[in-house]
Amino acid sequence: MITMRFFPHTPEQIQQMLTVVGAESLESLFSGIPEECRRLREMNLPKALSEWALNRHMEDLSAGLAVSPESKIYIGAGRYDHHIPATVSSLKSRSEFLTAYTPYQPEISQGTLQAIYEYQTLAARLMGMDVVTASHYDGATALSEALLMAIRKTRRKRVALSSLIHPFYRRVAQTYLEPAGFEILELPFLENGLTDLSPLEGATDIAALSLQSPNFFGCIEDLKAGGQKAHETGALFVAGFTEALAYGLLKSPGSQGADIVFGEGQSLGIPVTFGGPGLGMLGCTSEHTRNLPGRLIGKAKDMDGKDGFVLTLATREQHIRREKATSNICSNNSHCALTAAMYMASLGKSGFCDLAKLNHDKAAYLRRQFTDAGFRIPFSSPFFNEFVVEFPEGFETTYQRLVEKKIVAGLPLSTFYPELSVQYLFCVTETTSREDMDALIQEVTS
Amino acid sequence: MKDISELKFPENVRYTKDHEWARLEGDVVVAGISDYAQDQLGDVVYVELPQVQDRFENGEVFGTVESVKAVSELFMPIAGEVIAINATLSDLPERVNSDPYGDGWMIHINPSDPAALETLMTREAYLDMLKG
Amino acid sequence: MTEPLGASGLILNEKLLWEKGRKGRSGFSMPESDVPSSPLPPDLVGDGPDFPDLSEVDVVRHYTRLSTWNFGVDTGLYPLGSCTMKYNPKTNERQAGLAGFAGGHPLLPESLCQGALRLMAELERFLAEITGMDAVSLQPAAGAHGELAGMLVIHAWFKQKGDFRTKIIIPDTAHGTNPASAALCGYSPVPVRSSAEGILSPETIAAVMDEETAGIMVTNPNTLGLFENHLKAICEIIHARGGLVYADGANMNAVMGIADMGRIGADVLHLNLHKTFSTPHGGGGPGSGPVCVKKHLEPFLPVPRIIQQDSGQYAWSEDFPESIGKLLTFHGHFGVLVRAYSYILSMGGKGLKKASQLAVLNANYLKAQLKDTFHLAYDRPCMHECVFTDRYQQAANVTTLDIAKRLMDYGYHPPTIYFPLVVHGALMMEPTETESMEDLDQYIDALKKIAVEAKETPDVLRSAPTRCKVRRLDETAAARKPCLAG
Repeated sequence: MITMRFFPHTPEQIQQMLTVVGAESLESLFSGIPEECRRLREMNLPKALSEWALNRHMEDLSAGLAVSPESKIYIGAGRYDHHIPATVSSLKSRSEFLTAYTPYQPEISQGTLQAIYEYQTLAARLMGMDVVTASHYDGATALSEALLMAIRKTRRKRVALSSLIHPFYRRVAQTYLEPAGFEILELPFLENGLTDLSPLEGATDIAALSLQSPNFFGCIEDLKAGGQKAHETGALFVAGFTEALAYGLLKSPGSQGADIVFGEGQSLGIPVTFGGPGLGMLGCTSEHTRNLPGRLIGKAKDMDGKDGFVLTLATREQHIRREKATSNICSNNSHCALTAAMYMASLGKSGFCDLAKLNHDKAAYLRRQFTDAGFRIPFSSPFFNEFVVEFPEGFETTYQRLVEKKIVAGLPLSTFYPELSVQYLFCVTETTSREDMDALIQEVTS
Repeated sequence: MKDISELKFPENVRYTKDHEWARLEGDVVVAGISDYAQDQLGDVVYVELPQVQDRFENGEVFGTVESVKAVSELFMPIAGEVIAINATLSDLPERVNSDPYGDGWMIHINPSDPAALETLMTREAYLDMLKG
Repeated sequence: MTEPLGASGLILNEKLLWEKGRKGRSGFSMPESDVPSSPLPPDLVGDGPDFPDLSEVDVVRHYTRLSTWNFGVDTGLYPLGSCTMKYNPKTNERQAGLAGFAGGHPLLPESLCQGALRLMAELERFLAEITGMDAVSLQPAAGAHGELAGMLVIHAWFKQKGDFRTKIIIPDTAHGTNPASAALCGYSPVPVRSSAEGILSPETIAAVMDEETAGIMVTNPNTLGLFENHLKAICEIIHARGGLVYADGANMNAVMGIADMGRIGADVLHLNLHKTFSTPHGGGGPGSGPVCVKKHLEPFLPVPRIIQQDSGQYAWSEDFPESIGKLLTFHGHFGVLVRAYSYILSMGGKGLKKASQLAVLNANYLKAQLKDTFHLAYDRPCMHECVFTDRYQQAANVTTLDIAKRLMDYGYHPPTIYFPLVVHGALMMEPTETESMEDLDQYIDALKKIAVEAKETPDVLRSAPTRCKVRRLDETAAARKPCLAG
């Protein structure tokens, strides 16, 4: 039998330990387990691979995914391809960060604690909020938690969600809200690609109005109007985003009247990784602090008066409140929050703003190329780095032909919005070259 | 945590099984948590109080009191309307620890039935309960 | 080694990010623009977030210094009960970093992501095999998320039968996420006590199980590190009254290849990949909590699910009308799934079984060596973890907390403290199988020294730790006047 490198025990040591324990064999350690609870046969799993065989197998599997730069993928829709500095990849892999546990013992965890406190701060500045949690699973679960906060606060049972919030986010929110009997009112969209707020006229039973900006079509919503409408009806305004980088260019949701902000932070230095893990961002104004779910790190002083950090306000959480907790969340996406902080630190204010501008410029260039080539852009509103293009009937054939060439010309919207059968959502980031965009236009026009 | 003999249990208040105390002052019932309760909780960090004009039945939850590692619910000692709350506790929650029957008071109740106060435990009965 | 493990060493202070840097610095290589500038309407444009400007060296020094204040599994023993802090293999990191896995978009056409789909389909099969269940969803992002999925599946199953139950039985040893997850589905917890032997008895369960109770949430082995010997009978009692059994698989590391949770009677079960399957904890996450079900509950699993077509190609399917829906935007924590998959392939079936055997050996070894030093909550053979208390130290007014804090000075992360709640002053230790005998001996030695200190110089414990970056922190003040952002 090959010695497994993760097991330090030698056969002699196993014998010595069994003697101390007073057991005859490793099997006898389990003699107390009733026969009826045991496996009847050995596990049918592949034989253990050597490190080298595993490498080859995984390389094979990994090659079965089309990625840039060899492939040209023009999809965003909640997961964005951005450049990740080597510093971020290297620093986040430090094993003191990677292999550490939740910082429940603060004296031995000040690295994680300060780093996440810094993340909370930078995220709060990005979102225009007073307090941001130490992370949630993703933007969709952050939205769901935000809606539950508003429901708890207002004691109302209905929430109004824009139909231009990411379709998957709305489905996740439904999964969270339905079992408890809460209702979702969906707000339709207008011809200009923005949310129609008119169904809220005269409503008195809405706990929260929620908008995503830039929305699923890439258009920038009028958050200020949304905030005003929400507050008029006595609802909280829950604003959010799927593309965090947009706020290097746009006015923050907090500055536009949001009470609670949700978002996806994957753009902040986290690789696309086939959709997960991501970074759920959740923040609020100070009055809602104690209603926030999830971990929070706060400043503290030690016995010598030195500054430090601790997990705080833990009485909201499951390990203390149990069934009365604000949420059942235990593990969060801490390492992703750490990565995001490293990314925001590397970019700095000017870098973040410049990169956001570059994204917009690139997307604007492709969009202009489409209009110049005679394609219709259905939604006229200003956008960030995503936009919708309308193609003629039968475009699917071209689309498939391009897929075979490893070019993914946008995301077909028909599965999400059945009435949009020939519309495709395009995303362009700083990773796309003008050359590639020109080539794409060539391909779709030929 | 202290021994029961080191804790204070004034004669002029009545006690509930959930460790609240209640005291009649004129027409108003003042309520808070006992010295035993605050000692068990540890340093109080936050007290969540109801709004003035909220009405509760006897035994209903009217708020919560939190320490770093625990939360306890607060139960009405007597039915009635909340006519005042101790707003100083939001800045100085430690008053619940240092002076639970005085500055650490939590709410003033306009009782539906003031006579119900008599059904609560006296100091002796409460001590008996604590000693098991 | 006669010197203790914990030593003093030079570590550096480090300011907060925004206390560093200079306006105009950059740590990012900005690509040159090859397109014209496109203005946005000025009323939409903001000033951008107030981030500090730092150079690359500023960022590198900052995080390198911060990392030296931390303690990871790579640093030393991390005997946290019920957390399974086993070694995180570096090969897993290599695999997760491969270009295809790291860069693949979740909405790629299926023909362009077969590698990912195949990995996930195989991992589903592996986990079903390991647990004895029939079908798996890899979508839940953490154990608690898997619990929520499981409870929603249970809720949906009853709803479909028109049977509206409102309660669920939860043992006193349960992890806090259990009642929290149940509450999210509208179930009220019915608490039950474990017996004097530390496990559940069928009589206790039978006494509370009725037609208004959806079932039970049970952890096996339980959080005391004990195998629930009566679990098969308990499952039968639950099933007889029309209920379902939810198994919290957090402690799977004790029984891989040995116990069969499916055979025992679990209907739904979740796993913690960041525990049993070696994926790194990352300072609090990300984890992954796959949910495994028996055939009768398969229709309710989250969507989309992976199916294999006749051609052998894998595809996504949403054709599950009874599904509980979506719990996460995309397919799950794929980066974590790659690591778990890589671990299972590195270990093989025999290796996983050996891991459980050695995990149980290590825990029993600790128990045997320490039972005269610390009070054992249950003096019975344990599984992969054992629970001590501070009873022997109470005479000197030394608590579990003090013991935990002093362990840090000796170079160890403390065990789990004050959990499970049923044990007063609990000190729960789970060494895992990746610790060597000599490392355990050194740990045992440290604990014995601490026990002596507790008798002779208890103040040393009460003022511990003294060798870490900071001493004990005033958590009361931090909670009274929270300062959550700088």
